[in-house]
Amino acid sequence: MANPKRRHSQARTSKRRAHDHLTPHSLSECPNCHERKMPHRACPKCGYYKGREVLAVETEK
Amino acid sequence: MRHLKAGWKLGRNTAHRRALLRNLVTSLLVEERIETTVAKAKAMRPHVEKMITLGKRGDLWARRQAGAFLMTQDAVRKLWEIAPRFGDREGGYLRIVRSGFQRGDGAEKAFVELVGSEKVIQEKREKRAETRAKKAEATRKAMEEEAKQAQAEGGEEPAGGEGGGETKE
Repeated sequence: MANPKRRHSQARTSKRRAHDHLTPHSLSECPNCHERKMPHRACPKCGYYKGREVLAVETEK
Repeated sequence: MRHLKAGWKLGRNTAHRRALLRNLVTSLLVEERIETTVAKAKAMRPHVEKMITLGKRGDLWARRQAGAFLMTQDAVRKLWEIAPRFGDREGGYLRIVRSGFQRGDGAEKAFVELVGSEKVIQEKREKRAETRAKKAEATRKAMEEEAKQAQAEGGEEPAGGEGGGETKE
């Protein structure tokens, strides 16, 4: 069976993992309510998309 | 070559997929707007457009072809009402707007609506809000009456937690 010849140092592990991270979502501003929202999607806060199109019905409370 | 033109399988076999698409298309024509996942929305788009093209043709053979695909005769009737609306439009009858993520599997959801049915959808929404308000009013009244009854009957009934607490005082 194949086995490692040398010990794998902590530094090697750390270096490999240096690029393992999540990237934040790129968000855009809703032109209606100025909340941050995901681009090309209806705004989850106010339900608007592309001008005055109400999509998700606003929850009034 | 038809490379990269595979389309959508939706994790179903042919019969299941066809049934799903027929259901989706029928529902959309009847309701004018439906909520589904983005993949299903995109998969149903060509089928809806074919149906509307049949509706624009408007002859008997077109009607029979539409009837063969749609699930209900009601939908065919509706399609014949809707189709003239798209007279000067060559395709692009649908609007797909992404609207959030599904709980459970995190699938992205979207609204699919027929372009130009904004008025119908708005009316529907108003009607729904009205009935909801009426219902809320009715249940509130019923609850008030129940509370009154409980007070009148006195503390002998251990039914309502609220009523019991009040009568003890």
